[in-house]
Amino acid sequence: MTNVSTTETRAKGAVAEKLASESRNATKAMLVEFWYYFKQNRGAVIGLAVFLILVVVALLAPYVAPHSPDMQYRENFLQPPAWEEGGSATFLLGTDAVGRDILSRLIYGSRYSLFIGVVVVTIALSGGIVLGVIAGYFRGSVDTFIMRVMDIILAFPSLLLALVLVAILGPGLTNAMIAIAIVLQPHFVRLTRAAVLSERNRDYVVAARVAGAGNLRLMFKTILPNCLSPLIVQATLSFSNAILDAAALGFLGMGAQPPTPEWGTMLAEAREFILRAWWVVTFPGLAILVTVLAINLVGDGLRDALDPKLKRS
Amino acid sequence: MPLLEIRNLKVEFETASGPFKALDGVDYTVDSGEVLAIVGESGSGKSVAMLALMGLLPDTATVTVDKMEFEGRDITKLSATDRRQVIGKDISMIFQEPIASLNPCFTVGFQIGEALKVHTDLSSSDRSRRVIELLEAVGIPEPKGRLSSFPHQMSGGQCQRVMIAMAIACQPKLLIADEPTTALDVTIQKQILDLLLKLQEESGMGLIMITHDMGVVAETADRVVVQYQGRQMEESDVLTLFESPKHPYTKALLSALPENATGDRLPTVSDFREFLESEAKKVSA
Amino acid sequence: MSGDIILKVRDLKRDYVTKGGLFKKESTLSALKGVSFDVERGSTLAVVGESGCGKSTLARILTMIDPATAGTVEIDGTAIDISKGNISREMRQKVQIVFQNPYGSLNPRQKIGAVLEEPLLLNSDKPAAERRDLALSMLEKVGLKPEHYGRYPHMFSGGQRQRIAIARAIMLQPKLLVLDEPVSALDLSVQAQILNLLADLQDEFDLTYVFISHDLSVVRYIADKVMVMYFGEAVEYGTRDEVFSDPKHSYTKTLFAATPRADIESIRERLANKAA
Repeated sequence: MTNVSTTETRAKGAVAEKLASESRNATKAMLVEFWYYFKQNRGAVIGLAVFLILVVVALLAPYVAPHSPDMQYRENFLQPPAWEEGGSATFLLGTDAVGRDILSRLIYGSRYSLFIGVVVVTIALSGGIVLGVIAGYFRGSVDTFIMRVMDIILAFPSLLLALVLVAILGPGLTNAMIAIAIVLQPHFVRLTRAAVLSERNRDYVVAARVAGAGNLRLMFKTILPNCLSPLIVQATLSFSNAILDAAALGFLGMGAQPPTPEWGTMLAEAREFILRAWWVVTFPGLAILVTVLAINLVGDGLRDALDPKLKRS
Repeated sequence: MPLLEIRNLKVEFETASGPFKALDGVDYTVDSGEVLAIVGESGSGKSVAMLALMGLLPDTATVTVDKMEFEGRDITKLSATDRRQVIGKDISMIFQEPIASLNPCFTVGFQIGEALKVHTDLSSSDRSRRVIELLEAVGIPEPKGRLSSFPHQMSGGQCQRVMIAMAIACQPKLLIADEPTTALDVTIQKQILDLLLKLQEESGMGLIMITHDMGVVAETADRVVVQYQGRQMEESDVLTLFESPKHPYTKALLSALPENATGDRLPTVSDFREFLESEAKKVSA
Repeated sequence: MSGDIILKVRDLKRDYVTKGGLFKKESTLSALKGVSFDVERGSTLAVVGESGCGKSTLARILTMIDPATAGTVEIDGTAIDISKGNISREMRQKVQIVFQNPYGSLNPRQKIGAVLEEPLLLNSDKPAAERRDLALSMLEKVGLKPEHYGRYPHMFSGGQRQRIAIARAIMLQPKLLVLDEPVSALDLSVQAQILNLLADLQDEFDLTYVFISHDLSVVRYIADKVMVMYFGEAVEYGTRDEVFSDPKHSYTKTLFAATPRADIESIRERLANKAA
């Protein structure tokens, strides 16, 4: 008797294993297809490479950076980059007005930039998804209320609103991130709502309702996964926007406070030396430019790969 | 000399999973005043062939053909401008979704007039007279009043009539109808098919009907090409095809018609599919 | 078998009210103008009509997606009325629906296994392993293979997807299945397979079908009783043979005359006319 049942369970286990591997294959096939369309866009692949390098550098900052970002070398104020006259290999990209190594500060700064991007996008995305799904699914007065509030937020110039919020909350990186997230949120709400509106009357949603699915399940389990493609694209683009806005707030003295090696703050500190020492402004500026460009390129590639309208069957 | 002659047409698409052969060496011949039906199921490449002729395929498609002649002129050798002259004037096409094929931003009268403006040198008053004539010819009541209607103000059947009016505006020598009635109701389908045949008979143009519906084939065609997965299975005149189909695929297709059902179960094409797969293996081996 | 009525519909009405705007009056559109019919257990009622005749509205009311404006629907002796609160699990399990478009009716981000298990998950307390076994056996019943369990809908052809949609609908072992143009988006050869499958399943599960279609040849093949609808009204209602051999209403006659004929005599006749 026991023998029979063990063989039976073994057979069942084998079936389950086979099903699981088949299911993994299906997921893999989806990823392969995604990658095929993504890599069609060469810019996106380059952008992705740059972004990955940036992530690695940020993670390994203490091992990669030649100096501590806060260490002031008293005898090396405003030393030019290594290849300029008067530069030295110790400070590859030169030093700033108080003798700190710019390269090391940029490397540590990448941590802040990525951190800002991740936090801001997470807040804006999750808030935007919840509000957008509710607005799009329930329609009616709930929809009107949410969308009018979002319209009001959108009516302000984004940086101005962020400034006002920071002024109320007090300057600092955390408050700056919250402010930027609030400013970026309406875009996610509108996008989610539009996607939900187009999906909610599809047959599969009706079928799920006939099968007995409740509102919450329909909203987040049935409809939401089908609305994610435009949101992912928007999230990447917002990621770079957040970095840019944070840098702008930092530049205006409302974001990260000195001596934090945040790129925007570095720019602000270097303002007065623009004419005397070009390198103090150029390198943080370039860092922002390259990062934002790379992420935007990735966003473009994602749009190509995820938007079924552009896909060729 | 036939109106249109295509020999050994091949079309390949590039996809994520490698190249895909949509058409593998098909031939078509159409004479003036003849109705050719191209019949096949989805994936048979029946639309692709005509899109290739019209030059409407996306960039991912590679088209190779031994011979593609319209009235004895080699279409593949024409310059882009000359080709545009032929296509649109001498060859025109109507599509499956009439409402989607019309531009929602412009009035019906304007859109038909546009086709005339490009391909003829009629004066504007002549053009508007011709537009009314055309609308009358395709059986739209009160054509004058309809000139300023927008597509969304008309039903699907009426939109298809407008599409037909646009297609015959320049008196083409060949009209290609790609599933012209699939999106329409049965009673409307009957009217549209009758209209197409009437116009074809009056003008003596060639008509290519692309369809999946054996009923439509039986009601319209003179000659029939049966396609399956990009290959030509059979070509014969319509009576022979229905009376004594040669190819097993055609036989299977005809016996799958519910009206031909005898007994409890419908015969399906699946038995035949195995045969075809073994054929395919032979070819690749 | 006669007298065992599973679905009883009396004087069913449904109005759509379009909201009036600033300069527009409120207007009412009647999609159903009082429809009555009975369906016997294990039989097939075909509802025939063209677009806008109210047949899809009827399907949505029968499957409790939309409420009716007036009239009664009784399924298996219980009246359904969704205007008063939620529908119980038991009622859900009695009626299910299969849609026309197999490409739109499956969630693109849900694997087939999850598609089939969802109704069980929501309406029963069966453990995961049991749900999986039921899903696997259902896959087999509709002619698919166990390895299809973990795949996504886009990896299937239209006919296979329609098989999946049918499997999902009968997972809960419903009494009544509403089929809203289930084969009109499919190729001819696939259509035949799906019609055969539906016939098999009807025998196996003692299902009752409400088969909505515009295609008379399919209706003639599958139906026991036929109801022809025209602008929200049932203009003809009777057994298949009655309706097909002796249509009473002028619209039914028009419909029959418009249906393309693929028999050799009519082709011959047409060619002869053309030559003349």
